[in-house]
Amino acid sequence: MAEGKKVKLALYWAATCGGCDVATLDIEERILDLAAIADIVLWPVAMDFKYEDVETLEDGSVDICLFNGAVRLGEHEELAKLLRQKCKVMVAFGSCACFGGIPGLANVANREQIFNIAYKETVSTENPEGVTPQTELEVDGKKLTLPVFFDEVFALDRVVDVDYYVPGCPPAVERINDLVDIVAKYAETGELPPKGAVIASEKALCEECPRKREEKRIKEIRRPQDFLPDTEKCLLEQGLICLGPATRGGCGARCINANMPCRGCYGPTAAVRDHGASVLSAIASVLGLEEETELTEEQLTAITDQIKDPLGTFYRFTLPVALLNKVVQKKEVE
Amino acid sequence: MSFEPKIIGFACNWCTYAGADLAGTSRLKYPPNIRLIRVMCTGRIDPEFILAAFARGADGVFVGGCHPGDCHYMSGNYKAKRRIELLRKMLAQLGISPERLRMEFISAAEGAKFAQVIREFTEKLKELGPSPLKAEE
Ligand code: SF4
Ligand code: SF4
Ligand code: SF4
Ligand code: FES
Repeated sequence: MAEGKKVKLALYWAATCGGCDVATLDIEERILDLAAIADIVLWPVAMDFKYEDVETLEDGSVDICLFNGAVRLGEHEELAKLLRQKCKVMVAFGSCACFGGIPGLANVANREQIFNIAYKETVSTENPEGVTPQTELEVDGKKLTLPVFFDEVFALDRVVDVDYYVPGCPPAVERINDLVDIVAKYAETGELPPKGAVIASEKALCEECPRKREEKRIKEIRRPQDFLPDTEKCLLEQGLICLGPATRGGCGARCINANMPCRGCYGPTAAVRDHGASVLSAIASVLGLEEETELTEEQLTAITDQIKDPLGTFYRFTLPVALLNKVVQKKEVE
Repeated sequence: MSFEPKIIGFACNWCTYAGADLAGTSRLKYPPNIRLIRVMCTGRIDPEFILAAFARGADGVFVGGCHPGDCHYMSGNYKAKRRIELLRKMLAQLGISPERLRMEFISAAEGAKFAQVIREFTEKLKELGPSPLKAEE
Protein backbone atom coordinates (compact mmCIF):
# COMPACT_ATOMS: atom_id res chain seq x y z
CA MET A 1 0.00 0.00 0.00
CA ALA A 2 1.05 3.57 -0.48
CA GLU A 3 2.11 5.10 2.80
CA GLY A 4 -0.16 7.67 4.34
CA LYS A 5 -3.22 6.15 2.70
CA LYS A 6 -6.08 4.62 4.63
CA VAL A 7 -5.62 0.98 5.58
CA LYS A 8 -8.23 -1.45 4.32
CA LEU A 9 -9.41 -3.74 7.09
CA ALA A 10 -11.57 -6.86 7.13
CA LEU A 11 -12.92 -8.36 10.35
CA TYR A 12 -14.46 -11.80 10.30
CA TRP A 13 -15.95 -14.25 12.78
CA ALA A 14 -15.95 -17.99 12.29
CA ALA A 15 -16.76 -20.45 15.14
CA THR A 16 -16.91 -17.76 17.77
CA CYS A 17 -18.88 -16.58 20.77
CA GLY A 18 -18.86 -12.96 19.62
CA GLY A 19 -16.67 -11.95 22.54
CA CYS A 20 -13.73 -11.09 20.31
CA ASP A 21 -15.80 -8.62 18.33
CA VAL A 22 -17.11 -7.12 21.56
CA ALA A 23 -13.52 -6.84 22.81
CA THR A 24 -12.63 -4.91 19.68
CA LEU A 25 -15.37 -2.44 20.53
CA ASP A 26 -14.02 -2.33 24.11
CA ILE A 27 -11.05 -0.26 23.01
CA GLU A 28 -13.53 2.62 23.28
CA GLU A 29 -12.38 5.93 21.85
CA ARG A 30 -9.47 4.27 20.11
CA ILE A 31 -12.01 2.72 17.77
CA LEU A 32 -12.20 6.25 16.32
CA ASP A 33 -8.43 6.19 15.74
CA LEU A 34 -9.00 2.97 13.91
CA ALA A 35 -11.80 4.52 11.86
CA ALA A 36 -9.49 7.42 11.02
CA ILE A 37 -6.75 5.19 9.66
CA ALA A 38 -8.79 2.32 8.29
CA ASP A 39 -11.63 1.63 5.89
CA ILE A 40 -13.56 -1.46 6.86
CA VAL A 41 -14.53 -3.76 3.99
CA LEU A 42 -16.14 -6.54 6.01
CA TRP A 43 -17.36 -6.80 9.60
CA PRO A 44 -20.34 -9.13 9.92
CA VAL A 45 -21.06 -8.31 13.58
CA ALA A 46 -21.32 -4.56 13.01
CA MET A 47 -21.91 -3.80 9.37
CA ASP A 48 -24.02 -5.10 6.54
CA PHE A 49 -21.66 -6.51 3.94
CA LYS A 50 -22.26 -9.57 1.82
CA TYR A 51 -19.68 -12.23 1.03
CA GLU A 52 -20.00 -11.18 -2.64
CA ASP A 53 -18.68 -7.77 -1.67
CA VAL A 54 -15.46 -9.51 -0.65
CA GLU A 55 -15.36 -11.82 -3.65
CA THR A 56 -15.42 -8.88 -6.05
CA LEU A 57 -12.41 -7.21 -4.40
CA GLU A 58 -9.09 -7.51 -6.13
CA ASP A 59 -6.67 -10.11 -4.72
CA GLY A 60 -4.32 -8.59 -2.15
CA SER A 61 -6.22 -5.32 -2.16
CA VAL A 62 -7.17 -5.48 1.53
CA ASP A 63 -4.34 -4.77 3.95
CA ILE A 64 -5.26 -6.59 7.13
CA CYS A 65 -7.76 -9.24 8.15
CA LEU A 66 -8.59 -9.76 11.81
CA PHE A 67 -10.02 -13.26 11.89
CA ASN A 68 -11.67 -14.44 15.10
CA GLY A 69 -13.17 -17.83 15.85
CA ALA A 70 -12.13 -21.38 15.09
CA VAL A 71 -12.74 -23.29 11.86
CA ARG A 72 -15.67 -25.65 12.47
CA LEU A 73 -17.66 -25.46 9.22
CA GLY A 74 -16.88 -25.49 5.53
CA GLU A 75 -18.08 -21.89 5.46
CA HIS A 76 -15.32 -20.87 7.85
CA GLU A 77 -12.66 -22.54 5.75
CA GLU A 78 -14.05 -20.98 2.59
CA LEU A 79 -14.03 -17.49 4.07
CA ALA A 80 -10.56 -17.99 5.57
CA LYS A 81 -9.26 -18.90 2.12
CA LEU A 82 -11.11 -16.07 0.42
CA LEU A 83 -9.85 -13.53 2.94
CA ARG A 84 -6.32 -14.90 2.74
CA GLN A 85 -6.47 -14.28 -0.99
CA LYS A 86 -7.79 -10.75 -0.62
CA CYS A 87 -5.69 -9.62 2.35
CA LYS A 88 -1.99 -8.94 2.64
CA VAL A 89 -1.83 -9.66 6.36
CA MET A 90 -3.80 -12.37 8.14
CA VAL A 91 -4.17 -12.00 11.90
CA ALA A 92 -5.49 -14.85 14.06
CA PHE A 93 -7.44 -12.78 16.56
CA GLY A 94 -8.37 -14.42 19.86
CA SER A 95 -7.70 -17.88 21.28
CA CYS A 96 -10.25 -19.60 19.04
CA ALA A 97 -8.49 -18.49 15.86
CA CYS A 98 -5.01 -18.98 17.37
CA PHE A 99 -5.50 -22.43 18.92
CA GLY A 100 -9.08 -23.57 18.38
CA GLY A 101 -10.15 -22.18 21.76
CA ILE A 102 -13.22 -23.27 23.68
CA PRO A 103 -15.02 -24.55 20.54
CA GLY A 104 -11.94 -26.73 20.01
CA LEU A 105 -12.84 -28.76 23.09
CA ALA A 106 -15.40 -30.39 20.84
CA ASN A 107 -12.49 -32.46 19.52
CA VAL A 108 -13.13 -34.85 22.40
CA ALA A 109 -15.89 -36.10 20.11
CA ASN A 110 -16.34 -36.39 16.35
CA ARG A 111 -19.17 -35.21 14.10
CA GLU A 112 -21.26 -38.33 14.52
CA GLN A 113 -21.05 -38.23 18.30
CA ILE A 114 -21.85 -34.51 18.36
CA PHE A 115 -24.83 -34.92 16.03
CA ASN A 116 -26.11 -37.85 18.07
CA ILE A 117 -26.13 -35.83 21.24
CA ALA A 118 -27.32 -32.55 19.75
CA TYR A 119 -30.01 -33.93 17.44
CA LYS A 120 -31.04 -37.24 18.97
CA GLU A 121 -30.13 -37.92 22.57
CA THR A 122 -30.81 -34.86 24.69
CA VAL A 123 -33.99 -35.25 26.73
CA SER A 124 -35.62 -32.21 25.19
CA THR A 125 -35.08 -33.42 21.62
CA GLU A 126 -37.94 -34.93 19.68
CA ASN A 127 -36.59 -36.31 16.43
CA PRO A 128 -38.24 -39.69 15.73
CA GLU A 129 -36.77 -39.95 12.24
CA GLY A 130 -33.30 -39.21 13.54
CA VAL A 131 -32.71 -36.35 11.10
CA THR A 132 -29.28 -34.74 11.27
CA PRO A 133 -27.97 -31.81 9.20
CA GLN A 134 -27.27 -32.67 5.57
CA THR A 135 -25.12 -30.63 3.23
CA GLU A 136 -27.53 -30.94 0.30
CA LEU A 137 -31.27 -31.30 -0.16
CA GLU A 138 -33.54 -31.16 -3.20
CA VAL A 139 -36.80 -29.29 -2.66
CA ASP A 140 -39.16 -28.76 -5.63
CA GLY A 141 -36.34 -29.34 -8.05
CA LYS A 142 -34.15 -26.79 -6.31
CA LYS A 143 -30.99 -27.62 -4.47
CA LEU A 144 -30.50 -26.31 -0.94
CA THR A 145 -27.08 -26.48 0.65
CA LEU A 146 -25.60 -26.16 4.11
CA PRO A 147 -21.89 -25.82 4.93
CA VAL A 148 -20.22 -29.08 5.89
CA PHE A 149 -19.67 -29.68 9.61
CA PHE A 150 -16.12 -30.97 9.92
CA ASP A 151 -15.21 -34.00 11.97
CA GLU A 152 -12.91 -31.80 14.03
CA VAL A 153 -12.27 -28.15 14.88
CA PHE A 154 -9.21 -26.44 13.39
CA ALA A 155 -7.16 -23.43 14.38
CA LEU A 156 -6.91 -20.82 11.62
CA ASP A 157 -3.31 -21.64 10.71
CA ARG A 158 -4.31 -25.22 9.95
CA VAL A 159 -6.27 -24.01 6.92
CA VAL A 160 -4.47 -20.83 5.78
CA ASP A 161 -1.13 -19.12 6.32
CA VAL A 162 -1.27 -16.80 9.34
CA ASP A 163 1.00 -13.78 9.77
CA TYR A 164 0.29 -12.70 13.36
CA TYR A 165 -1.33 -14.10 16.46
CA VAL A 166 -3.28 -12.13 19.03
CA PRO A 167 -4.16 -14.69 21.71
CA GLY A 168 -6.64 -14.20 24.53
CA CYS A 169 -10.22 -15.12 25.20
CA PRO A 170 -10.81 -12.41 24.30
CA PRO A 171 -7.53 -10.52 23.73
CA ALA A 172 -6.81 -7.96 26.45
CA VAL A 173 -7.70 -4.39 25.57
CA GLU A 174 -4.04 -3.32 26.02
CA ARG A 175 -2.95 -5.86 23.43
CA ILE A 176 -5.68 -4.79 21.00
CA ASN A 177 -4.34 -1.28 21.43
CA ASP A 178 -0.89 -2.63 20.53
CA LEU A 179 -2.44 -4.04 17.41
CA VAL A 180 -4.03 -0.69 16.57
CA ASP A 181 -0.56 0.85 16.96
CA ILE A 182 0.81 -1.74 14.56
CA VAL A 183 -1.90 -0.92 12.05
CA ALA A 184 -1.24 2.80 12.49
CA LYS A 185 2.48 2.36 11.97
CA TYR A 186 1.80 0.30 8.89
CA ALA A 187 -0.50 3.00 7.52
CA GLU A 188 2.20 5.59 8.11
CA THR A 189 5.39 3.77 7.15
CA GLY A 190 4.41 0.46 5.59
CA GLU A 191 6.39 -1.36 8.30
CA LEU A 192 5.17 -4.51 10.02
CA PRO A 193 6.48 -6.78 12.80
CA PRO A 194 8.28 -10.00 11.78
CA LYS A 195 6.02 -12.73 10.48
CA GLY A 196 4.70 -15.13 13.09
CA ALA A 197 4.84 -12.52 15.87
CA VAL A 198 2.56 -13.12 18.85
CA ILE A 199 1.11 -9.89 20.20
CA ALA A 200 1.65 -10.74 23.88
CA SER A 201 4.50 -11.33 26.32
CA GLU A 202 7.37 -13.72 25.63
CA LYS A 203 7.33 -14.83 29.27
CA ALA A 204 5.04 -16.93 31.42
CA LEU A 205 2.11 -15.30 33.17
CA CYS A 206 3.64 -15.95 36.63
CA GLU A 207 6.31 -13.36 35.72
CA GLU A 208 3.75 -10.60 35.51
CA CYS A 209 1.58 -11.88 38.36
CA PRO A 210 1.70 -9.74 41.51
CA ARG A 211 1.03 -12.68 43.88
CA LYS A 212 3.51 -13.95 46.48
CA ARG A 213 4.90 -17.41 45.93
CA GLU A 214 6.47 -19.55 48.65
CA GLU A 215 7.38 -22.58 46.54
CA LYS A 216 4.84 -24.57 48.45
CA ARG A 217 3.43 -27.91 47.37
CA ILE A 218 -0.22 -28.76 47.32
CA LYS A 219 -1.95 -31.93 48.43
CA GLU A 220 -5.51 -30.87 48.07
CA ILE A 221 -6.95 -29.40 44.93
CA ARG A 222 -9.64 -26.88 45.60
CA ARG A 223 -12.19 -25.18 43.43
CA PRO A 224 -12.90 -21.46 43.22
CA GLN A 225 -16.51 -21.92 44.32
CA ASP A 226 -15.47 -23.67 47.54
CA PHE A 227 -13.64 -20.89 49.35
CA LEU A 228 -12.55 -17.29 49.18
CA PRO A 229 -8.87 -17.30 48.25
CA ASP A 230 -6.39 -15.02 49.95
CA THR A 231 -5.83 -12.09 47.61
CA GLU A 232 -2.06 -11.76 48.15
CA LYS A 233 -0.88 -15.34 47.90
CA CYS A 234 -0.32 -17.42 44.80
CA LEU A 235 -3.56 -19.16 43.85
CA LEU A 236 -1.84 -22.37 42.83
CA GLU A 237 -0.26 -22.64 46.25
CA GLN A 238 -3.74 -22.23 47.74
CA GLY A 239 -4.80 -25.36 45.86
CA LEU A 240 -6.47 -23.81 42.84
CA ILE A 241 -5.36 -25.07 39.46
CA CYS A 242 -3.76 -21.96 38.05
CA LEU A 243 -2.18 -22.35 34.60
CA GLY A 244 0.06 -19.31 35.05
CA PRO A 245 3.38 -21.21 35.18
CA ALA A 246 2.86 -22.61 31.68
CA THR A 247 0.79 -19.89 30.02
CA ARG A 248 2.02 -16.95 27.99
CA GLY A 249 1.74 -13.62 29.75
CA GLY A 250 0.33 -10.46 28.23
CA CYS A 251 -3.16 -10.26 29.64
CA GLY A 252 -2.02 -8.29 32.69
CA ALA A 253 -3.02 -11.21 34.95
CA ARG A 254 -6.61 -10.10 34.65
CA CYS A 255 -8.19 -13.28 36.07
CA ILE A 256 -5.75 -13.33 38.97
CA ASN A 257 -6.63 -9.72 39.74
CA ALA A 258 -10.24 -10.83 39.92
CA ASN A 259 -9.09 -13.53 42.39
CA MET A 260 -9.64 -16.30 39.85
CA PRO A 261 -6.98 -18.74 38.66
CA CYS A 262 -5.64 -18.58 35.12
CA ARG A 263 -7.36 -20.97 32.72
CA GLY A 264 -4.69 -20.63 30.09
CA CYS A 265 -6.34 -18.57 27.36
CA TYR A 266 -3.06 -17.02 26.17
CA GLY A 267 -1.79 -20.44 25.17
CA PRO A 268 1.69 -21.87 25.57
CA THR A 269 4.80 -19.79 26.25
CA ALA A 270 7.12 -18.97 23.37
CA ALA A 271 9.38 -22.03 23.64
CA VAL A 272 6.66 -24.64 24.03
CA ARG A 273 4.99 -26.75 21.35
CA ASP A 274 2.20 -28.36 23.37
CA HIS A 275 0.39 -26.28 25.96
CA GLY A 276 -1.39 -29.13 27.73
CA ALA A 277 1.81 -31.10 28.14
CA SER A 278 3.61 -28.16 29.70
CA VAL A 279 0.68 -27.36 31.99
CA LEU A 280 0.47 -31.00 33.03
CA SER A 281 4.16 -30.98 33.76
CA ALA A 282 3.96 -27.83 35.88
CA ILE A 283 0.89 -28.91 37.84
CA ALA A 284 2.22 -32.44 38.45
CA SER A 285 5.41 -30.92 39.87
CA VAL A 286 3.61 -29.05 42.63
CA LEU A 287 1.17 -31.79 43.59
CA GLY A 288 1.76 -33.22 47.08
CA LEU A 289 5.53 -33.45 47.00
CA GLU A 290 6.62 -32.56 50.51
CA GLU A 291 6.14 -35.86 52.31
CA GLU A 292 6.66 -37.79 49.15
CA THR A 293 8.63 -40.76 50.43
CA GLU A 294 5.84 -41.58 52.84
CA LEU A 295 3.18 -41.47 50.15
CA THR A 296 1.91 -44.81 48.99
CA GLU A 297 0.92 -45.57 45.41
CA GLU A 298 -2.74 -45.26 46.42
CA GLN A 299 -2.20 -41.87 48.00
CA LEU A 300 -0.45 -40.67 44.88
CA THR A 301 -3.32 -41.83 42.73
CA ALA A 302 -5.77 -40.20 45.12
CA ILE A 303 -3.99 -36.88 44.64
CA THR A 304 -3.91 -37.01 40.84
CA ASP A 305 -7.49 -38.30 40.80
CA GLN A 306 -8.60 -34.97 42.17
CA ILE A 307 -8.10 -33.61 38.68
CA LYS A 308 -11.29 -34.87 37.18
CA ASP A 309 -10.82 -33.73 33.63
CA PRO A 310 -7.12 -33.32 32.85
CA LEU A 311 -7.69 -32.98 29.11
CA GLY A 312 -10.29 -30.24 29.44
CA THR A 313 -8.33 -28.48 32.16
CA PHE A 314 -4.89 -28.53 30.55
CA TYR A 315 -6.01 -28.02 26.94
CA ARG A 316 -8.97 -25.78 27.63
CA PHE A 317 -8.02 -23.43 24.80
CA THR A 318 -5.50 -25.39 22.73
CA LEU A 319 -6.74 -28.91 22.00
CA PRO A 320 -6.91 -28.53 18.18
CA VAL A 321 -3.21 -27.58 18.01
CA ALA A 322 -2.04 -30.25 20.49
CA LEU A 323 0.22 -33.14 19.47
CA LEU A 324 -2.74 -35.44 20.03
CA ASN A 325 -5.46 -33.06 18.96
CA LYS A 326 -8.65 -35.08 18.81
CA VAL A 327 -10.32 -38.23 19.99
CA VAL A 328 -9.39 -41.33 17.97
CA GLN A 329 -12.03 -42.60 15.56
CA LYS A 330 -12.04 -46.11 16.94
CA LYS A 331 -11.93 -45.72 20.70
CA GLU A 332 -10.14 -48.44 22.64
CA VAL A 333 -11.65 -47.23 25.90
CA GLU A 334 -14.77 -45.28 26.79
CA MET B 1 2.37 -62.00 9.96
CA SER B 2 1.80 -61.29 13.59
CA PHE B 3 1.75 -57.71 14.80
CA GLU B 4 5.02 -56.50 16.29
CA PRO B 5 4.43 -53.43 18.45
CA LYS B 6 6.83 -50.51 18.38
CA ILE B 7 7.76 -49.37 21.86
CA ILE B 8 9.63 -46.22 22.73
CA GLY B 9 11.32 -46.46 26.10
CA PHE B 10 12.72 -43.65 28.19
CA ALA B 11 15.20 -44.96 30.72
CA CYS B 12 17.00 -43.16 33.51
CA ASN B 13 20.76 -43.30 33.14
CA TRP B 14 21.31 -44.21 36.80
CA CYS B 15 19.00 -47.15 37.09
CA THR B 16 16.83 -48.59 34.36
CA TYR B 17 19.31 -47.91 31.57
CA ALA B 18 21.98 -49.73 33.55
CA GLY B 19 19.40 -52.43 34.34
CA ALA B 20 18.78 -52.88 30.62
CA ASP B 21 22.49 -53.10 30.10
CA LEU B 22 22.72 -55.79 32.74
CA ALA B 23 19.88 -57.69 31.07
CA GLY B 24 21.95 -57.54 27.88
CA THR B 25 25.26 -58.63 29.40
CA SER B 26 23.51 -61.39 31.36
CA ARG B 27 22.09 -62.62 28.05
CA LEU B 28 18.52 -62.39 29.32
CA LYS B 29 16.03 -62.62 26.48
CA TYR B 30 13.52 -59.91 25.89
CA PRO B 31 11.66 -58.89 22.72
CA PRO B 32 13.46 -56.51 20.34
CA ASN B 33 10.40 -54.25 20.08
CA ILE B 34 11.72 -51.51 22.32
CA ARG B 35 13.91 -48.57 21.29
CA LEU B 36 15.47 -47.24 24.45
CA ILE B 37 16.28 -43.56 24.91
CA ARG B 38 18.59 -42.67 27.76
CA VAL B 39 17.71 -39.66 29.92
CA MET B 40 19.55 -38.31 32.92
CA CYS B 41 16.47 -38.67 35.13
CA THR B 42 12.82 -39.53 34.57
CA GLY B 43 12.08 -36.01 35.81
CA ARG B 44 13.63 -34.80 32.57
CA ILE B 45 11.02 -36.57 30.47
CA ASP B 46 8.78 -33.82 29.23
CA PRO B 47 5.22 -35.15 28.78
CA GLU B 48 5.56 -33.70 25.29
CA PHE B 49 8.15 -36.40 24.45
CA ILE B 50 5.63 -39.09 25.29
CA LEU B 51 2.84 -37.45 23.31
CA ALA B 52 5.21 -36.96 20.38
CA ALA B 53 6.12 -40.66 20.47
CA PHE B 54 2.45 -41.60 20.26
CA ALA B 55 1.76 -38.97 17.60
CA ARG B 56 4.53 -40.46 15.47
CA GLY B 57 3.23 -43.97 15.66
CA ALA B 58 4.52 -45.66 18.82
CA ASP B 59 2.22 -48.46 19.97
CA GLY B 60 3.43 -48.12 23.51
CA VAL B 61 5.69 -45.93 25.63
CA PHE B 62 7.71 -47.23 28.55
CA VAL B 63 9.32 -45.13 31.26
CA GLY B 64 11.86 -46.64 33.63
CA GLY B 65 13.20 -44.79 36.65
CA CYS B 66 14.85 -45.15 40.03
CA HIS B 67 13.03 -46.69 42.95
CA PRO B 68 11.32 -44.33 45.43
CA GLY B 69 13.98 -42.64 47.52
CA ASP B 70 16.74 -43.43 45.01
CA CYS B 71 16.40 -40.66 42.42
CA HIS B 72 19.71 -38.82 42.03
CA TYR B 73 17.85 -35.55 41.75
CA MET B 74 15.62 -36.20 44.78
CA SER B 75 12.15 -36.10 43.30
CA GLY B 76 12.42 -36.59 39.53
CA ASN B 77 10.88 -40.05 39.70
CA TYR B 78 7.93 -38.85 41.79
CA LYS B 79 7.24 -36.04 39.40
CA ALA B 80 7.47 -38.43 36.48
CA LYS B 81 5.10 -40.82 38.21
CA ARG B 82 2.45 -38.15 38.64
CA ARG B 83 2.88 -36.84 35.14
CA ILE B 84 2.38 -40.31 33.80
CA GLU B 85 -0.70 -40.86 35.94
CA LEU B 86 -2.22 -37.72 34.49
CA LEU B 87 -1.09 -38.55 30.96
CA ARG B 88 -2.72 -41.96 31.24
CA LYS B 89 -5.99 -40.30 32.19
CA MET B 90 -5.66 -37.94 29.25
CA LEU B 91 -4.95 -40.77 26.82
CA ALA B 92 -8.11 -42.50 28.00
CA GLN B 93 -10.06 -39.30 27.39
CA LEU B 94 -8.84 -39.36 23.79
CA GLY B 95 -9.97 -42.97 23.42
CA ILE B 96 -6.47 -44.45 23.66
CA SER B 97 -5.89 -47.26 26.13
CA PRO B 98 -3.89 -46.00 29.13
CA GLU B 99 -2.23 -49.42 29.18
CA ARG B 100 -0.10 -48.21 26.29
CA LEU B 101 1.85 -46.04 28.73
CA ARG B 102 3.72 -47.84 31.47
CA MET B 103 6.13 -46.70 34.15
CA GLU B 104 8.26 -48.97 36.33
CA PHE B 105 10.95 -48.48 38.92
CA ILE B 106 13.90 -50.64 37.90
CA SER B 107 17.32 -50.41 39.51
CA ALA B 108 20.71 -51.01 37.94
CA ALA B 109 20.78 -54.45 39.58
CA GLU B 110 17.40 -55.51 38.24
CA GLY B 111 18.28 -56.77 34.79
CA ALA B 112 15.85 -59.64 35.18
CA LYS B 113 13.04 -57.30 36.14
CA PHE B 114 13.75 -55.16 33.09
CA ALA B 115 13.56 -58.16 30.76
CA GLN B 116 10.39 -59.38 32.46
CA VAL B 117 8.66 -55.98 32.26
CA ILE B 118 9.49 -55.58 28.57
CA ARG B 119 8.23 -59.10 27.84
CA GLU B 120 4.96 -58.38 29.64
CA PHE B 121 4.53 -54.99 28.06
CA THR B 122 5.17 -56.33 24.55
CA GLU B 123 2.60 -59.10 25.14
CA LYS B 124 0.07 -56.57 26.42
CA LEU B 125 0.56 -54.39 23.36
CA LYS B 126 0.19 -57.38 21.05
CA GLU B 127 -3.12 -58.03 22.74
CA LEU B 128 -4.20 -54.41 22.29
CA GLY B 129 -3.12 -54.32 18.64
CA PRO B 130 -1.69 -51.37 16.70
CA SER B 131 -2.10 -47.90 18.16
CA PRO B 132 -5.47 -46.46 17.13
CA LEU B 133 -3.60 -43.29 16.13
CA LYS B 134 -2.03 -45.16 13.23
CA ALA B 135 -5.41 -45.91 11.71
CA GLU B 136 -6.11 -42.18 11.53
CA GLU B 137 -3.53 -41.41 8.88
S1 SF4 C 1 -11.43 -16.28 21.82
FE1 SF4 C 1 -12.92 -16.27 23.48
S2 SF4 C 1 -13.95 -14.31 23.25
FE2 SF4 C 1 -12.93 -14.74 21.31
S3 SF4 C 1 -14.47 -15.82 20.06
FE3 SF4 C 1 -13.26 -17.36 21.12
S4 SF4 C 1 -14.47 -17.83 22.95
FE4 SF4 C 1 -15.16 -15.86 22.19
S1 SF4 D 1 0.50 -19.73 39.61
FE1 SF4 D 1 -1.09 -18.25 39.16
S2 SF4 D 1 -1.41 -17.10 41.04
FE2 SF4 D 1 0.53 -18.20 41.24
S3 SF4 D 1 2.08 -16.72 40.59
FE3 SF4 D 1 1.53 -17.94 38.78
S4 SF4 D 1 -0.10 -16.78 37.78
FE4 SF4 D 1 0.12 -15.98 39.87
S1 SF4 E 1 -5.18 -14.90 33.56
FE1 SF4 E 1 -4.99 -16.66 32.15
S2 SF4 E 1 -7.10 -17.15 31.57
FE2 SF4 E 1 -7.11 -15.09 32.48
S3 SF4 E 1 -6.89 -13.70 30.73
FE3 SF4 E 1 -4.85 -14.10 31.51
S4 SF4 E 1 -4.09 -15.84 30.28
FE4 SF4 E 1 -6.31 -15.75 30.03
S1 FES F 1 17.85 -40.17 38.66
FE1 FES F 1 16.78 -42.01 38.09
S2 FES F 1 14.72 -41.27 38.13
FE2 FES F 1 15.79 -39.49 38.80
